[in-house]
Amino acid sequence: MQKTYYDPSDLKKFGKISDWNEELGSKFFEYYNSVFKEGALSEREKSLIALAVAHTIQCPYCIDAYTGDGLQRGITKEEMMEALHVAGAIRGGASLVHGVQMMNKVNKLEM
Amino acid sequence: MTQKSLHKRHSELANSKRQLEILSNGIFQNGDLPTFKNKIAETNQFPLKAKKLEILQINVGYMCNQVCEHCHVDAGPDRKEIMTRETMQQCLDVIEKTGAHTLDLTGGAPEMNPDFRWFVEEASKVGIKDFIVRSNLTIIRANKKYYDLPEFFKKHNVHVVSSMPHWTRGKTDKQRGDGVFDKSIKALQDLNAIGYGMPNSNLKLDLVYNPSGAFLPGNQAALEKDFKKALLDDFGIQFHNLFAITNLPISRFLDYLIASENYEDYMYALVEAYNPAAVTNVMCTNTLSVSWDGYLYDCDFNQMLELPVNSKAKHISEYKEQLLEGRNIVISQHCYGCTAGAGSSCQGSVA
Repeated sequence: MQKTYYDPSDLKKFGKISDWNEELGSKFFEYYNSVFKEGALSEREKSLIALAVAHTIQCPYCIDAYTGDGLQRGITKEEMMEALHVAGAIRGGASLVHGVQMMNKVNKLEM
Repeated sequence: MTQKSLHKRHSELANSKRQLEILSNGIFQNGDLPTFKNKIAETNQFPLKAKKLEILQINVGYMCNQVCEHCHVDAGPDRKEIMTRETMQQCLDVIEKTGAHTLDLTGGAPEMNPDFRWFVEEASKVGIKDFIVRSNLTIIRANKKYYDLPEFFKKHNVHVVSSMPHWTRGKTDKQRGDGVFDKSIKALQDLNAIGYGMPNSNLKLDLVYNPSGAFLPGNQAALEKDFKKALLDDFGIQFHNLFAITNLPISRFLDYLIASENYEDYMYALVEAYNPAAVTNVMCTNTLSVSWDGYLYDCDFNQMLELPVNSKAKHISEYKEQLLEGRNIVISQHCYGCTAGAGSSCQGSVA
């Protein structure tokens, strides 16, 4: 058994999840591939969204995959970092916006 | 930034035999990855055979004004290999009798060969359909004696193909050297000013994109769209087509892959992206590469690895179509670079 929870080479084996449930695995990958095709949003925009989400959910496989994907598409490191700040802003904002709840509670309880 | 060629630095990777050993050892020797030969055999594509010659690519010398990090030629100002006028004449004799529709001059910076202009003038008289010069752009701004190159190209109806790794200064200069981006932009503006690359212009100007690191090129059409928009919006520059070319794991790019500990991952990425459809149209099947000293190779990469054609005709002076057509192409693991994804050739994607 490996000594760490994550192994970068496991990313290459992602497709193997279908081995234990062919039907659902295939449906998932078909859906996944459809999602990233050009639509109302470009493939480039979707790649940046994926990179930001990857950091939000802190998935090391996804970070590896969408950093590489971005480089292949000619996305610059400045664009990548800006996308991450969007993720950071929403995460930070999500904590801070609950401050209103805290303030409501304090205002209710304090004399 | 690299300042000297691997040859000048006496690097072990200046030795083509050492490069071929690396490409055959390790992950390919222990069976983690299939050799290129075994991979193409799976789809009955071994041996790869040369078809009718369509493109004659001539490397007129390894001297260059730049020392790009990824250069598969290991070109630079310190390289002295230069094609002589005598060898050029032998090439002209072949160009006259061959049915190839494209003549493709490359280097180094081909313009640095002292007989470059004579060769272009003579070759343009032969009436070849597509006459390409691979210009690195900065040479046009490197010295006053080159400032008139755009006019010279126009006069001889040369199709200019130029390298441009990105539409931003940072990524371009990191790969090709400080100041390369600004000089390239100025050169492209000069070319546009006399009609090169303009919509519907017969003066063809194409750009070559190759990744600035250990990753594969993305979709050629999507990259072309991004390049066109950025270069037009930021600098008013226009061009015709973008060729997305994969970096092959040889010479300075191999040196970079090993030094940055990316070699194995890069080879895995190439093998995973292997596309049998790209094998069908791989450029070595319709191209012949001529070295500065007149020897014949299946492609410019094999030239740098010193893997000569598998034919009785080894030199341009011995050129005979019947001896070369149908020859078995010489392959090694670097060939995965031309068969990954949409495939890669000096003319961009092939699949």
